[in-house]
Amino acid sequence: MSVLSPTLMSPEAAARRPWLEHAHDWVVTVDHKRLGIMYVVSGLVFFVVAGIEATLMRLQLAWPGLHIVPPETFNRLFTMHGTSMVFLVGIPIVFGFGNYLVPLMIGARDLAFPRLNAFGFWIFLFAGLLLHWSFIGGEGLSGSGSAPAVGWFAYAPLTSRAFTPGNATDYWNLAVFIAGVGTIGTAINIVATTLTMRGPGMTLGRMPIFVWTMVTVSAMTLFILPPLSAAQIMLLLDRFLGAHFFDTQAGGSAVMWQHFFWFFGHPEVYVLMLPGFGFVSEIIPVFSRKVIFGYATLVAATVSIGGVALSTWAHHMFVVGMGTGLNAVFALSTMLIAVPTGIKIFNWLATMYGGRIRFRTPMLFCCAFLFQFLCAGLTGVMLSVAPFDWQLSDSYFVVAHFHFVLIGGLLFAIFAAIYYWFPKVTGRMLSERLCRWHF
Amino acid sequence: MDQGPIGTELAAGDHPQGVPTAQTPSIFDPVSSPALAIRELSFVVLGLSAVIFVVVAGVAAYTLVRFRNRPGDGRREPPQVYGSTQIELAWTVVPFLIVMVLFLVTARYIYGIEGRAMPSDALEVTVVGNQWWWEIRYPRLGIVTANELHVPVSDPARPAPTFITLQSVDVIHSFWVPQLAGKMDLIPNKTNRMWIDPRVPGTYVGQCAEYCGTQHAWMLLEVIVHPRDEFDRWVAAQQTPAVADPAARAGRELFLSLSCINCHTVRGTPANGVFGPDLTHLMSRRTIAAGAARNTPEALRAWVDAPGAIKPGVLMPAMKLAKSELDSLTTYLLTLR
Repeated sequence: MSVLSPTLMSPEAAARRPWLEHAHDWVVTVDHKRLGIMYVVSGLVFFVVAGIEATLMRLQLAWPGLHIVPPETFNRLFTMHGTSMVFLVGIPIVFGFGNYLVPLMIGARDLAFPRLNAFGFWIFLFAGLLLHWSFIGGEGLSGSGSAPAVGWFAYAPLTSRAFTPGNATDYWNLAVFIAGVGTIGTAINIVATTLTMRGPGMTLGRMPIFVWTMVTVSAMTLFILPPLSAAQIMLLLDRFLGAHFFDTQAGGSAVMWQHFFWFFGHPEVYVLMLPGFGFVSEIIPVFSRKVIFGYATLVAATVSIGGVALSTWAHHMFVVGMGTGLNAVFALSTMLIAVPTGIKIFNWLATMYGGRIRFRTPMLFCCAFLFQFLCAGLTGVMLSVAPFDWQLSDSYFVVAHFHFVLIGGLLFAIFAAIYYWFPKVTGRMLSERLCRWHF
Repeated sequence: MDQGPIGTELAAGDHPQGVPTAQTPSIFDPVSSPALAIRELSFVVLGLSAVIFVVVAGVAAYTLVRFRNRPGDGRREPPQVYGSTQIELAWTVVPFLIVMVLFLVTARYIYGIEGRAMPSDALEVTVVGNQWWWEIRYPRLGIVTANELHVPVSDPARPAPTFITLQSVDVIHSFWVPQLAGKMDLIPNKTNRMWIDPRVPGTYVGQCAEYCGTQHAWMLLEVIVHPRDEFDRWVAAQQTPAVADPAARAGRELFLSLSCINCHTVRGTPANGVFGPDLTHLMSRRTIAAGAARNTPEALRAWVDAPGAIKPGVLMPAMKLAKSELDSLTTYLLTLR
């Protein structure tokens, strides 16, 4: 730890310090604000990389029969794009904001375990670099560098040694596993901080809605990530020690991987989305000049989305032949999520209703968010109708649905949040004109 | 893949290079009971969603316009409202009731489609997924073919459904012919079942709908629905062993002397491999390599010469044959009608 924290020096002295010392400060810091900034910035860097991958894919798909990238490369692109966007963009940005804002909002001096927090960030960054190292360091079929090509969902048994020799799949497995360790640490940190370090008078019933969303998703993370990590260890045993968990040639189960993966994968969508709801719930009242409508209902909706989300995972598996009963149960649990989600939309509308809405950039992003998220929600209900899903599943309808959720919904909420809190973080106001151009 | 991306043509009937017969593989143009039922249900869901969208988006748009901050408003703050139990209860209960109705409708369709029992006279077919092609087996008829599922047409008055058993030898695939039924996965170590009863003769295109490796995109299939008598003729033709044309004797001997026979079967010869498609009636099929190329003599020759050039990543090796060997082998394959 750096004893000579820059805040203890005069501004002139701080300005004279060489850049190396500044860098050193950032590397050894355990300050939640700095770590939060680093999370968001590195998330945005990976976002650019994943965006380039997406652009290449869309170029290939611009017209049937184009030959811009060979099939193996295309498969690597969508694997890396999906994995990056979820594990290296969505999670770090969301938890980065949590890192920065939660202690400030509840009146704590830092997170409960600052060093665990720093560890979480650096291990996440390491995982991201490890995953991307596979582009040059991975060993594919031909021995040249190759990224994993198993999809971000990495369905068994495509991940077994028989079908993906070389170590590209191991890069995926280990990188995501390691990133998961960091996320679990951060989730523990946020739950502990919120439960034990609130300032005087900050009862649970007075916590800002964003804090409620962060504590909900952190608790969810503790339920959903360990099963994924366990499955990844099983995959590791399969690949290196000849275990047969997912090895169908030796009696393993391919469907079991899907249960493990989606028990993480579906609630994960809400882990990303709920903080997005939190941003919107903070920003809309400010620019409508009204208090949030129905605080208690919004909190209840947040927590119940968190709860119900844990029971919807198998709607990703309507076409694996689960049987009639399970199909019906998971259709119902998935549809039920629409109720608390709808409550949120109605409460935001009620907040704006009767207000004096000022369309500054964060609010513009929130308004666009409302309409796009409405599309996301309605396409989600369509997908929950199991027989309709038998036609739509695995098609571009699903791709469009979750991009409505994660781009139209989450990313717009993140942009709103960045514009909204940027002055707070940097002490500088932004050019409203440039911001509007971005919008 | 310059030899002719037939898959693209199959998938889009109006492609510039236009191969006829392709129908639109649209889920809204169904010809078989499961797909018809799903379209019915989809109209209910789409209609409901459209109404909700119009109402909610309408309220949102009205709110944004009506309550925007106007120049004359100055710095006055609007009246603060903290919530209302009745209103919030209303927008909890009403969506809950809508969801319940939707669920009951959905459950009815799930049971309607999945609950159908197989009649004893139904045609039974086993479809086996392979990287990256489909094996089609008719266990009761003793027929094995690839990438083309031939079934009889089903008259709604006297249904003749086809019940399909789905299996996989390697990774997960998914059987999807949009006009006939929803998808069902082919999963190694697990047997799935589905059924179709196409009511209109014709050719319906489908493809693998679960990412299964390098050539997932070129794992197409066709379902050919015949009138009853035409189907019976097809069955009779497929049941005969391979033609042994004396004119292609050299090619036949070459075929049997190479490792082709380790993977391919030609009934009536010692070739009984099971890893690749059955070639007994190769020339009765429209495409090779699951739609990656049209089944023409030129394409067939190019395929045997260098499969990877047409379908990169394909598991069939290039046999590195001399030109004359290639010619005589192709001549033999062309006799397998």
